[in-house]
Amino acid sequence: MSEFEPRIVAFLCHWCTYTGADLAGTTRQQYPPNIRIIHLMCSGAVDTIYVLKALIDGADGVLIGGCHPGDCHYQTGNYKARRRVAILKNILSQLGYDPERIWLRWISASEGKLFADTVTQMVEELKQKGPNPIKKMWAL
Amino acid sequence: MKAAILSVENGDPLAALRGFLRRLLETRMVGMILVPKALPSGAGFVQTLIRDPAMLDDVHPVAPTMPVQSARILSGLTVGDPGERIGAVLKPCELRAAVELTKFLQVKLDHLVTIGVDCPGTYEVEDYARVAGEKGAGDSLWEGMVRGVKTGRLDGQEEEGIALRLACRICENPVPVNADITFGFFGHDPSREIEVIVGERVVGEFEERGIIGLSSEESSERGQVISQLKEERIRKRDEVFGRFRQQTTDLQALMSTFSTCVRCHNCMVACPICYCKECVFRTPTFEHQSNQFVRWADRKGGIQMPTDTLIFHLTRLAHMATSCIGCGLCDSACPSGLPVMTLFRTVAQGVQSLFDYLPGRDPEETPPVATFREDELQVETGAKD
Ligand code: SF4
Ligand code: SF4
Ligand code: SF4
Repeated sequence: MSEFEPRIVAFLCHWCTYTGADLAGTTRQQYPPNIRIIHLMCSGAVDTIYVLKALIDGADGVLIGGCHPGDCHYQTGNYKARRRVAILKNILSQLGYDPERIWLRWISASEGKLFADTVTQMVEELKQKGPNPIKKMWAL
Repeated sequence: MKAAILSVENGDPLAALRGFLRRLLETRMVGMILVPKALPSGAGFVQTLIRDPAMLDDVHPVAPTMPVQSARILSGLTVGDPGERIGAVLKPCELRAAVELTKFLQVKLDHLVTIGVDCPGTYEVEDYARVAGEKGAGDSLWEGMVRGVKTGRLDGQEEEGIALRLACRICENPVPVNADITFGFFGHDPSREIEVIVGERVVGEFEERGIIGLSSEESSERGQVISQLKEERIRKRDEVFGRFRQQTTDLQALMSTFSTCVRCHNCMVACPICYCKECVFRTPTFEHQSNQFVRWADRKGGIQMPTDTLIFHLTRLAHMATSCIGCGLCDSACPSGLPVMTLFRTVAQGVQSLFDYLPGRDPEETPPVATFREDELQVETGAKD
Protein backbone atom coordinates (compact mmCIF):
# COMPACT_ATOMS: atom_id res chain seq x y z
CA MET A 1 0.00 0.00 0.00
CA SER A 2 1.34 3.42 -0.87
CA GLU A 3 2.15 5.81 1.91
CA PHE A 4 -0.59 8.20 3.06
CA GLU A 5 -0.11 11.56 1.33
CA PRO A 6 -1.77 14.33 3.32
CA ARG A 7 -3.54 17.12 1.48
CA ILE A 8 -3.05 20.64 2.73
CA VAL A 9 -5.14 23.66 1.83
CA ALA A 10 -3.16 26.87 2.33
CA PHE A 11 -4.63 30.35 2.66
CA LEU A 12 -1.78 32.75 1.94
CA CYS A 13 -1.78 36.50 2.12
CA HIS A 14 -0.85 38.41 -1.00
CA TRP A 15 1.82 40.68 0.45
CA CYS A 16 3.94 38.20 2.38
CA THR A 17 3.44 34.47 2.39
CA TYR A 18 2.05 34.14 -1.15
CA THR A 19 5.05 36.04 -2.46
CA GLY A 20 7.27 33.93 -0.21
CA ALA A 21 5.77 30.78 -1.75
CA ASP A 22 6.40 32.22 -5.19
CA LEU A 23 10.01 32.90 -4.26
CA ALA A 24 10.36 29.32 -3.03
CA GLY A 25 9.29 28.27 -6.54
CA THR A 26 11.52 30.62 -8.51
CA THR A 27 14.56 29.81 -6.35
CA ARG A 28 13.89 26.10 -6.75
CA GLN A 29 13.44 25.32 -3.07
CA GLN A 30 12.25 21.73 -2.78
CA TYR A 31 8.96 21.16 -0.98
CA PRO A 32 6.37 18.39 -1.22
CA PRO A 33 3.51 18.82 -3.73
CA ASN A 34 0.79 18.13 -1.12
CA ILE A 35 -0.36 21.71 -0.91
CA ARG A 36 -3.16 23.60 -2.69
CA ILE A 37 -2.75 27.34 -2.38
CA ILE A 38 -5.60 29.83 -2.10
CA HIS A 39 -4.49 33.40 -2.64
CA LEU A 40 -6.07 36.04 -0.38
CA MET A 41 -5.26 39.69 0.12
CA CYS A 42 -4.70 39.33 3.87
CA SER A 43 -4.58 36.61 6.52
CA GLY A 44 -7.15 38.77 8.32
CA ALA A 45 -9.60 37.87 5.55
CA VAL A 46 -9.58 34.20 6.55
CA ASP A 47 -12.89 33.52 8.23
CA THR A 48 -13.09 30.37 10.32
CA ILE A 49 -15.70 29.06 7.92
CA TYR A 50 -13.08 28.70 5.15
CA VAL A 51 -10.86 26.67 7.43
CA LEU A 52 -13.73 24.47 8.57
CA LYS A 53 -14.95 24.00 5.05
CA ALA A 54 -11.53 22.88 3.87
CA LEU A 55 -11.29 20.37 6.72
CA ILE A 56 -14.83 19.09 6.30
CA ASP A 57 -14.34 18.78 2.55
CA GLY A 58 -11.46 16.43 3.26
CA ALA A 59 -8.23 18.39 3.61
CA ASP A 60 -5.91 16.79 6.16
CA GLY A 61 -4.52 20.10 7.27
CA VAL A 62 -4.93 23.84 6.76
CA LEU A 63 -2.06 26.30 6.61
CA ILE A 64 -2.68 30.00 7.04
CA GLY A 65 0.22 32.24 6.11
CA GLY A 66 0.49 35.91 6.98
CA CYS A 67 3.01 38.72 7.42
CA HIS A 68 5.18 38.94 10.52
CA PRO A 69 3.81 41.09 13.37
CA GLY A 70 4.21 44.75 12.48
CA ASP A 71 4.46 44.02 8.74
CA CYS A 72 0.78 43.53 7.86
CA HIS A 73 -0.06 45.60 4.79
CA TYR A 74 -3.40 46.38 6.44
CA GLN A 75 -1.78 47.08 9.84
CA THR A 76 -3.53 44.50 12.01
CA GLY A 77 -5.07 41.76 9.83
CA ASN A 78 -2.53 39.18 10.98
CA TYR A 79 -3.23 39.82 14.68
CA LYS A 80 -6.95 39.36 14.03
CA ALA A 81 -6.24 36.15 12.15
CA ARG A 82 -4.24 34.91 15.13
CA ARG A 83 -7.20 35.45 17.49
CA ARG A 84 -9.61 33.77 15.12
CA VAL A 85 -7.33 30.78 14.69
CA ALA A 86 -6.81 30.55 18.46
CA ILE A 87 -10.57 30.59 19.04
CA LEU A 88 -11.22 27.97 16.38
CA LYS A 89 -8.46 25.68 17.65
CA ASN A 90 -9.70 26.04 21.21
CA ILE A 91 -13.23 25.06 20.13
CA LEU A 92 -12.08 22.10 18.07
CA SER A 93 -9.86 20.76 20.79
CA GLN A 94 -12.72 21.00 23.29
CA LEU A 95 -14.79 18.91 20.88
CA GLY A 96 -12.12 16.24 20.61
CA TYR A 97 -10.69 17.25 17.24
CA ASP A 98 -6.92 17.61 16.89
CA PRO A 99 -6.30 21.39 16.59
CA GLU A 100 -2.78 20.81 15.28
CA ARG A 101 -4.16 20.13 11.84
CA ILE A 102 -4.43 23.90 11.60
CA TRP A 103 -1.21 25.90 11.30
CA LEU A 104 -0.81 29.64 11.32
CA ARG A 105 2.66 30.86 10.32
CA TRP A 106 4.27 34.21 9.69
CA ILE A 107 6.31 33.98 6.49
CA SER A 108 7.54 37.09 4.71
CA ALA A 109 7.97 37.72 0.98
CA SER A 110 11.71 37.07 1.27
CA GLU A 111 11.43 33.83 3.24
CA GLY A 112 11.11 31.31 0.41
CA LYS A 113 13.16 28.80 2.33
CA LEU A 114 11.05 29.16 5.46
CA PHE A 115 7.95 28.53 3.34
CA ALA A 116 9.43 25.37 1.87
CA ASP A 117 10.59 24.15 5.27
CA THR A 118 7.20 24.85 6.82
CA VAL A 119 5.37 22.83 4.18
CA THR A 120 7.87 19.99 4.49
CA GLN A 121 7.49 19.91 8.24
CA MET A 122 3.70 20.12 8.10
CA VAL A 123 3.49 17.23 5.65
CA GLU A 124 5.73 15.18 7.94
CA GLU A 125 3.58 15.86 10.99
CA LEU A 126 0.33 15.18 9.15
CA LYS A 127 1.72 11.87 7.97
CA GLN A 128 2.25 10.97 11.63
CA LYS A 129 -1.32 11.98 12.45
CA GLY A 130 -2.85 10.04 9.57
CA PRO A 131 -5.91 11.02 7.54
CA ASN A 132 -8.36 13.63 8.81
CA PRO A 133 -11.05 11.67 10.69
CA ILE A 134 -13.82 13.85 9.21
CA LYS A 135 -13.12 12.11 5.90
CA LYS A 136 -14.81 9.00 7.23
CA MET A 137 -17.93 10.81 8.41
CA TRP A 138 -20.93 10.61 6.10
CA ALA A 139 -22.64 13.35 8.09
CA LEU A 140 -20.89 16.58 7.20
CA MET B 1 -24.69 53.19 43.90
CA LYS B 2 -27.46 53.82 46.38
CA ALA B 3 -30.30 51.67 47.61
CA ALA B 4 -33.75 51.94 49.12
CA ILE B 5 -36.41 49.59 50.42
CA LEU B 6 -39.67 49.73 48.54
CA SER B 7 -42.39 48.63 50.90
CA VAL B 8 -45.08 46.31 49.57
CA GLU B 9 -48.68 46.69 50.58
CA ASN B 10 -51.34 43.99 50.85
CA GLY B 11 -48.73 41.34 50.13
CA ASP B 12 -48.77 42.31 46.44
CA PRO B 13 -45.26 42.89 45.06
CA LEU B 14 -46.53 43.35 41.52
CA ALA B 15 -48.65 46.34 42.58
CA ALA B 16 -45.59 47.92 44.20
CA LEU B 17 -43.46 47.37 41.10
CA ARG B 18 -46.17 48.76 38.83
CA GLY B 19 -46.46 51.79 41.07
CA PHE B 20 -42.71 52.32 40.84
CA LEU B 21 -42.71 52.05 37.05
CA ARG B 22 -45.61 54.52 36.96
CA ARG B 23 -43.46 57.01 38.91
CA LEU B 24 -40.74 56.66 36.29
CA LEU B 25 -43.20 57.63 33.57
CA GLU B 26 -44.91 60.38 35.56
CA THR B 27 -41.66 62.08 36.57
CA ARG B 28 -40.45 61.84 32.94
CA MET B 29 -37.46 59.85 34.08
CA VAL B 30 -38.28 57.79 30.99
CA GLY B 31 -40.67 58.47 28.13
CA MET B 32 -41.76 54.86 27.77
CA ILE B 33 -41.20 51.50 29.34
CA LEU B 34 -40.46 48.13 27.77
CA VAL B 35 -41.79 45.48 30.12
CA PRO B 36 -43.43 42.03 29.94
CA LYS B 37 -47.21 42.18 30.15
CA ALA B 38 -49.66 39.33 30.73
CA LEU B 39 -51.41 38.10 27.59
CA PRO B 40 -55.19 38.49 27.79
CA SER B 41 -55.47 34.70 27.44
CA GLY B 42 -53.43 34.22 30.62
CA ALA B 43 -51.22 31.77 28.71
CA GLY B 44 -48.05 33.83 29.05
CA PHE B 45 -46.36 37.19 28.72
CA VAL B 46 -45.11 39.43 25.98
CA GLN B 47 -42.72 42.36 26.00
CA THR B 48 -44.71 45.55 25.56
CA LEU B 49 -43.62 49.13 24.91
CA ILE B 50 -45.79 51.32 27.11
CA ARG B 51 -46.30 55.09 27.03
CA ASP B 52 -49.65 55.41 28.78
CA PRO B 53 -49.31 54.73 32.53
CA ALA B 54 -52.79 53.18 32.48
CA MET B 55 -51.37 50.36 30.36
CA LEU B 56 -49.10 49.34 33.23
CA ASP B 57 -51.98 47.56 34.94
CA ASP B 58 -51.09 43.98 34.19
CA VAL B 59 -47.41 44.26 33.48
CA HIS B 60 -45.23 41.62 35.09
CA PRO B 61 -41.63 42.81 35.53
CA VAL B 62 -40.51 39.35 36.68
CA ALA B 63 -42.49 37.36 34.12
CA PRO B 64 -41.73 33.64 34.48
CA THR B 65 -41.30 33.13 30.73
CA MET B 66 -39.01 34.71 28.16
CA PRO B 67 -40.57 34.23 24.71
CA VAL B 68 -37.98 36.44 23.01
CA GLN B 69 -34.76 37.98 24.21
CA SER B 70 -35.38 41.67 24.89
CA ALA B 71 -31.85 42.49 23.70
CA ARG B 72 -33.15 41.69 20.21
CA ILE B 73 -36.04 44.09 20.71
CA LEU B 74 -33.75 46.81 22.04
CA SER B 75 -31.62 46.53 18.96
CA GLY B 76 -34.54 47.60 16.78
CA LEU B 77 -35.68 50.22 19.30
CA THR B 78 -32.42 52.02 19.98
CA VAL B 79 -30.28 51.89 16.87
CA GLY B 80 -32.19 54.86 15.54
CA ASP B 81 -33.12 57.63 17.95
CA PRO B 82 -36.39 56.78 19.71
CA GLY B 83 -36.72 60.46 20.68
CA GLU B 84 -37.14 59.76 24.37
CA ARG B 85 -35.39 57.52 26.84
CA ILE B 86 -36.78 54.02 27.23
CA GLY B 87 -36.89 52.28 30.58
CA ALA B 88 -36.22 48.63 29.73
CA VAL B 89 -37.13 45.98 32.28
CA LEU B 90 -34.66 43.18 31.69
CA LYS B 91 -33.73 39.82 33.10
CA PRO B 92 -30.03 39.54 33.91
CA CYS B 93 -29.28 37.54 30.76
CA GLU B 94 -31.20 40.05 28.66
CA LEU B 95 -29.20 42.89 30.14
CA ARG B 96 -25.92 41.10 29.48
CA ALA B 97 -27.00 40.39 25.90
CA ALA B 98 -27.92 44.06 25.45
CA VAL B 99 -24.50 45.11 26.76
CA GLU B 100 -22.84 42.71 24.30
CA LEU B 101 -24.88 44.13 21.44
CA THR B 102 -23.77 47.67 22.30
CA LYS B 103 -20.24 46.48 21.53
CA PHE B 104 -21.37 45.45 18.06
CA LEU B 105 -23.12 48.84 17.70
CA GLN B 106 -26.56 47.24 17.64
CA VAL B 107 -27.94 48.61 20.92
CA LYS B 108 -27.38 52.15 22.19
CA LEU B 109 -27.34 52.46 25.97
CA ASP B 110 -27.69 56.26 25.72
CA HIS B 111 -31.31 55.78 24.81
CA LEU B 112 -31.97 53.48 27.72
CA VAL B 113 -32.47 53.35 31.42
CA THR B 114 -31.86 49.70 32.17
CA ILE B 115 -34.03 48.20 34.89
CA GLY B 116 -32.67 44.79 35.86
CA VAL B 117 -34.55 42.28 37.97
CA ASP B 118 -33.18 39.59 40.27
CA CYS B 119 -34.27 36.54 38.31
CA PRO B 120 -36.03 33.56 39.88
CA GLY B 121 -35.78 31.80 36.48
CA THR B 122 -38.13 31.10 33.61
CA TYR B 123 -40.23 28.22 32.28
CA GLU B 124 -40.53 27.08 28.71
CA VAL B 125 -43.30 29.11 27.08
CA GLU B 126 -45.33 25.99 26.22
CA ASP B 127 -44.90 24.48 29.72
CA TYR B 128 -46.15 27.65 31.33
CA ALA B 129 -49.08 27.93 28.92
CA ARG B 130 -50.08 24.33 29.64
CA VAL B 131 -49.90 24.65 33.42
CA ALA B 132 -51.49 28.09 33.48
CA GLY B 133 -54.21 27.03 31.03
CA GLU B 134 -55.10 23.54 32.24
CA LYS B 135 -54.78 24.05 35.92
CA GLY B 136 -55.13 27.79 36.20
CA ALA B 137 -51.91 27.45 38.16
CA GLY B 138 -50.05 30.51 36.86
CA ASP B 139 -50.62 32.40 40.08
CA SER B 140 -49.44 29.58 42.29
CA LEU B 141 -46.24 29.27 40.24
CA TRP B 142 -45.63 32.95 40.81
CA GLU B 143 -46.36 32.62 44.51
CA GLY B 144 -43.87 29.76 44.70
CA MET B 145 -41.26 31.97 43.10
CA VAL B 146 -42.02 34.83 45.47
CA ARG B 147 -41.51 32.48 48.42
CA GLY B 148 -38.33 31.06 46.90
CA VAL B 149 -36.41 34.30 46.46
CA LYS B 150 -36.14 34.95 50.19
CA THR B 151 -33.91 31.92 50.69
CA GLY B 152 -32.78 31.38 47.10
CA ARG B 153 -34.52 27.97 46.89
CA LEU B 154 -36.07 28.31 43.47
CA ASP B 155 -36.20 24.95 41.85
CA GLY B 156 -38.74 23.14 43.99
CA GLN B 157 -41.79 23.74 41.81
CA GLU B 158 -42.06 20.22 40.44
CA GLU B 159 -45.33 19.68 42.29
CA GLU B 160 -46.99 21.64 39.50
CA GLY B 161 -45.46 19.27 36.95
CA ILE B 162 -43.17 21.94 35.56
CA ALA B 163 -39.48 22.70 35.94
CA LEU B 164 -37.44 25.80 35.23
CA ARG B 165 -35.61 25.74 31.92
CA LEU B 166 -32.25 23.98 32.11
CA ALA B 167 -30.48 27.25 31.24
CA CYS B 168 -32.04 28.82 34.34
CA ARG B 169 -31.30 25.85 36.58
CA ILE B 170 -27.61 26.26 35.79
CA CYS B 171 -27.60 30.08 35.55
CA GLU B 172 -24.83 31.39 37.79
CA ASN B 173 -25.64 35.00 36.91
CA PRO B 174 -29.24 35.45 38.06
CA VAL B 175 -28.50 39.00 39.20
CA PRO B 176 -28.29 42.10 36.97
CA VAL B 177 -24.77 43.42 36.35
CA ASN B 178 -24.47 47.22 36.36
CA ALA B 179 -28.13 47.96 35.71
CA ASP B 180 -29.21 51.59 36.14
CA ILE B 181 -31.98 50.39 38.43
CA THR B 182 -32.17 46.94 40.02
CA PHE B 183 -35.21 45.31 41.58
CA GLY B 184 -33.62 43.18 44.29
CA PHE B 185 -35.73 40.26 45.49
CA PHE B 186 -33.12 37.84 46.75
CA GLY B 187 -32.90 37.74 50.52
CA HIS B 188 -36.13 39.69 50.89
CA ASP B 189 -39.71 38.64 51.40
CA PRO B 190 -41.30 40.32 48.39
CA SER B 191 -44.75 40.13 49.90
CA ARG B 192 -43.39 42.76 52.30
CA GLU B 193 -40.50 44.57 50.67
CA ILE B 194 -38.34 44.89 47.58
CA GLU B 195 -34.88 46.39 47.44
CA VAL B 196 -34.30 49.03 44.78
CA ILE B 197 -30.69 49.73 43.87
CA VAL B 198 -29.81 52.73 41.73
CA GLY B 199 -26.55 52.89 39.79
CA GLU B 200 -24.14 55.82 39.33
CA ARG B 201 -25.33 56.78 35.88
CA VAL B 202 -28.81 57.84 37.02
CA VAL B 203 -28.56 58.31 40.77
CA GLY B 204 -28.38 62.14 40.58
CA GLU B 205 -31.38 62.42 38.31
CA PHE B 206 -33.22 59.93 40.44
CA GLU B 207 -32.83 62.06 43.52
CA GLU B 208 -33.66 65.30 41.68
CA ARG B 209 -36.93 63.85 40.52
CA GLY B 210 -37.65 62.49 44.00
CA ILE B 211 -38.66 59.09 42.74
CA ILE B 212 -37.82 57.31 45.95
CA GLY B 213 -35.73 58.31 48.97
CA LEU B 214 -32.33 56.66 48.62
CA SER B 215 -30.86 56.18 52.03
CA SER B 216 -29.60 52.71 52.63
CA GLU B 217 -26.56 50.73 51.55
CA GLU B 218 -27.12 47.49 49.67
CA SER B 219 -28.49 44.91 52.09
CA SER B 220 -26.27 42.12 53.27
CA GLU B 221 -29.07 39.51 53.29
CA ARG B 222 -29.39 39.86 49.55
CA GLY B 223 -25.67 39.44 49.08
CA GLN B 224 -25.64 36.26 51.15
CA VAL B 225 -28.51 34.62 49.33
CA ILE B 226 -26.94 35.54 45.99
CA SER B 227 -23.60 34.00 46.80
CA GLN B 228 -25.25 30.78 48.04
CA LEU B 229 -27.38 30.60 44.94
CA LYS B 230 -24.39 31.22 42.68
CA GLU B 231 -22.42 28.49 44.38
CA GLU B 232 -25.21 25.98 43.97
CA ARG B 233 -25.77 26.97 40.34
CA ILE B 234 -22.08 26.69 39.52
CA ARG B 235 -22.08 23.19 40.96
CA LYS B 236 -25.05 22.19 38.78
CA ARG B 237 -23.57 23.93 35.76
CA ASP B 238 -20.30 22.08 36.09
CA GLU B 239 -22.17 18.77 36.35
CA VAL B 240 -23.98 19.51 33.10
CA PHE B 241 -20.78 20.66 31.38
CA GLY B 242 -18.89 17.66 32.72
CA ARG B 243 -21.47 15.18 31.40
CA PHE B 244 -21.44 16.89 28.01
CA ARG B 245 -17.65 16.81 27.80
CA GLN B 246 -17.58 13.15 28.74
CA GLN B 247 -20.09 12.35 26.05
CA THR B 248 -18.45 14.52 23.37
CA THR B 249 -15.20 12.70 22.85
CA ASP B 250 -14.89 13.63 19.18
CA LEU B 251 -16.77 15.26 16.31
CA GLN B 252 -18.42 11.94 15.50
CA ALA B 253 -19.91 11.89 18.99
CA LEU B 254 -21.04 15.50 18.62
CA MET B 255 -22.76 14.58 15.38
CA SER B 256 -24.46 11.63 17.03
CA THR B 257 -25.85 13.94 19.69
CA PHE B 258 -26.99 16.36 17.00
CA SER B 259 -28.14 13.68 14.58
CA THR B 260 -31.76 14.82 14.84
CA CYS B 261 -30.92 18.43 14.00
CA VAL B 262 -33.31 19.42 11.20
CA ARG B 263 -31.25 22.48 10.11
CA CYS B 264 -34.11 24.86 10.76
CA HIS B 265 -31.62 27.43 12.14
CA ASN B 266 -34.11 28.38 14.87
CA CYS B 267 -31.31 28.31 17.44
CA MET B 268 -29.56 31.04 15.49
CA VAL B 269 -32.66 33.17 14.99
CA ALA B 270 -33.51 33.04 18.70
CA CYS B 271 -29.95 33.82 19.83
CA PRO B 272 -29.58 37.43 20.92
CA ILE B 273 -25.85 37.35 20.32
CA CYS B 274 -25.72 36.20 16.69
CA TYR B 275 -24.90 39.69 15.56
CA CYS B 276 -24.14 39.48 11.84
CA LYS B 277 -26.51 41.55 9.76
CA GLU B 278 -25.90 39.25 6.84
CA CYS B 279 -25.42 35.75 8.15
CA VAL B 280 -23.17 33.57 6.02
CA PHE B 281 -25.80 30.82 6.24
CA ARG B 282 -28.23 33.07 4.41
CA THR B 283 -25.80 33.71 1.55
CA PRO B 284 -25.11 31.46 -1.44
CA THR B 285 -21.97 30.09 0.26
CA PHE B 286 -23.67 26.71 0.64
CA GLU B 287 -25.25 26.58 -2.79
CA HIS B 288 -22.79 24.17 -4.32
CA GLN B 289 -22.59 23.02 -7.91
CA SER B 290 -24.38 19.71 -8.47
CA ASN B 291 -21.16 17.95 -9.33
CA GLN B 292 -19.59 19.09 -6.04
CA PHE B 293 -22.14 17.00 -4.12
CA VAL B 294 -21.46 14.10 -6.42
CA ARG B 295 -17.71 14.39 -5.85
CA TRP B 296 -18.22 14.29 -2.08
CA ALA B 297 -20.53 11.31 -2.34
CA ASP B 298 -17.95 9.64 -4.55
CA ARG B 299 -15.15 10.24 -2.13
CA LYS B 300 -17.02 9.12 0.98
CA GLY B 301 -19.33 6.55 -0.56
CA GLY B 302 -22.30 8.68 0.51
CA ILE B 303 -23.07 11.91 2.34
CA GLN B 304 -25.86 13.08 4.55
CA MET B 305 -27.89 15.82 2.91
CA PRO B 306 -28.02 18.72 3.44
CA THR B 307 -24.32 18.89 4.10
CA ASP B 308 -24.02 21.82 6.45
CA THR B 309 -24.97 20.51 9.92
CA LEU B 310 -21.50 20.30 11.39
CA ILE B 311 -20.22 23.44 9.74
CA PHE B 312 -23.31 25.34 10.86
CA HIS B 313 -22.80 24.62 14.55
CA LEU B 314 -19.01 24.97 14.44
CA THR B 315 -19.11 28.26 12.55
CA ARG B 316 -21.69 29.71 14.87
CA LEU B 317 -19.55 28.65 17.83
CA ALA B 318 -16.46 30.25 16.31
CA HIS B 319 -18.31 33.48 15.57
CA MET B 320 -20.19 34.06 18.81
CA ALA B 321 -19.30 31.66 21.63
CA THR B 322 -16.96 34.33 23.06
CA SER B 323 -20.08 36.45 23.68
CA CYS B 324 -22.62 33.71 24.63
CA ILE B 325 -24.45 34.87 27.75
CA GLY B 326 -26.15 31.57 28.41
CA CYS B 327 -29.80 32.57 28.12
CA GLY B 328 -30.73 29.19 26.66
CA LEU B 329 -33.16 30.58 24.10
CA CYS B 330 -31.42 28.34 21.56
CA ASP B 331 -32.63 25.33 23.58
CA SER B 332 -36.10 26.78 23.82
CA ALA B 333 -36.25 27.35 20.06
CA CYS B 334 -35.02 23.90 19.02
CA PRO B 335 -37.86 21.71 17.69
CA SER B 336 -35.71 18.61 18.19
CA GLY B 337 -34.99 19.27 21.85
CA LEU B 338 -31.23 19.27 21.23
CA PRO B 339 -28.77 20.44 23.90
CA VAL B 340 -27.75 23.56 21.97
CA MET B 341 -27.28 25.72 25.06
CA THR B 342 -25.19 23.01 26.70
CA LEU B 343 -22.92 22.81 23.63
CA PHE B 344 -22.58 26.57 23.39
CA ARG B 345 -22.12 27.25 27.08
CA THR B 346 -19.62 24.44 27.54
CA VAL B 347 -17.50 25.58 24.62
CA ALA B 348 -18.00 29.23 25.57
CA GLN B 349 -16.49 28.56 28.97
CA GLY B 350 -13.28 27.47 27.26
CA VAL B 351 -12.99 30.34 24.78
CA GLN B 352 -14.10 33.01 27.22
CA SER B 353 -11.49 31.95 29.75
CA LEU B 354 -8.85 32.09 27.01
CA PHE B 355 -9.36 35.86 27.03
CA ASP B 356 -10.54 36.22 30.63
CA TYR B 357 -13.73 37.62 29.18
CA LEU B 358 -17.17 37.67 30.76
CA PRO B 359 -19.71 38.84 28.19
CA GLY B 360 -22.06 41.56 29.36
CA ARG B 361 -19.90 42.56 32.32
CA ASP B 362 -18.87 45.98 31.10
CA PRO B 363 -19.90 47.95 28.00
CA GLU B 364 -16.39 49.44 27.83
CA GLU B 365 -14.77 46.06 27.16
CA THR B 366 -14.13 45.00 23.57
CA PRO B 367 -15.27 41.52 22.58
CA PRO B 368 -12.39 39.11 21.90
CA VAL B 369 -13.30 38.72 18.23
CA ALA B 370 -12.98 42.46 17.64
CA THR B 371 -9.61 43.14 19.19
CA PHE B 372 -6.16 41.64 19.86
CA ARG B 373 -2.98 42.19 21.82
CA GLU B 374 0.34 42.34 20.09
CA ASP B 375 2.12 40.16 22.62
CA GLU B 376 -0.37 37.30 22.98
CA LEU B 377 -0.85 33.78 21.60
CA GLN B 378 2.72 33.51 20.28
CA VAL B 379 2.54 29.75 20.44
CA GLU B 380 -0.25 29.76 17.83
CA THR B 381 2.28 30.75 15.19
CA GLY B 382 4.74 27.99 15.90
CA ALA B 383 6.86 29.87 18.43
CA LYS B 384 8.23 27.58 21.08
CA ASP B 385 7.32 29.02 24.44
S1 SF4 C 1 -30.82 32.33 32.12
FE1 SF4 C 1 -30.57 33.29 34.18
S2 SF4 C 1 -31.08 35.42 33.91
FE2 SF4 C 1 -31.83 34.34 32.08
S3 SF4 C 1 -33.98 33.87 32.52
FE3 SF4 C 1 -32.78 32.11 33.21
S4 SF4 C 1 -32.28 32.50 35.37
FE4 SF4 C 1 -32.99 34.41 34.48
S1 SF4 D 1 -25.97 30.49 22.08
FE1 SF4 D 1 -27.87 30.03 23.18
S2 SF4 D 1 -27.38 30.40 25.33
FE2 SF4 D 1 -25.77 31.44 24.13
S3 SF4 D 1 -26.51 33.53 23.88
FE3 SF4 D 1 -27.20 32.37 22.07
S4 SF4 D 1 -29.29 31.67 22.58
FE4 SF4 D 1 -28.29 32.33 24.52
S1 SF4 E 1 -32.83 24.72 16.38
FE1 SF4 E 1 -32.23 22.60 16.74
S2 SF4 E 1 -32.87 21.49 14.88
FE2 SF4 E 1 -32.89 23.71 14.37
S3 SF4 E 1 -30.83 24.07 13.52
FE3 SF4 E 1 -30.69 24.54 15.71
S4 SF4 E 1 -29.98 22.60 16.64
FE4 SF4 E 1 -30.73 22.10 14.58
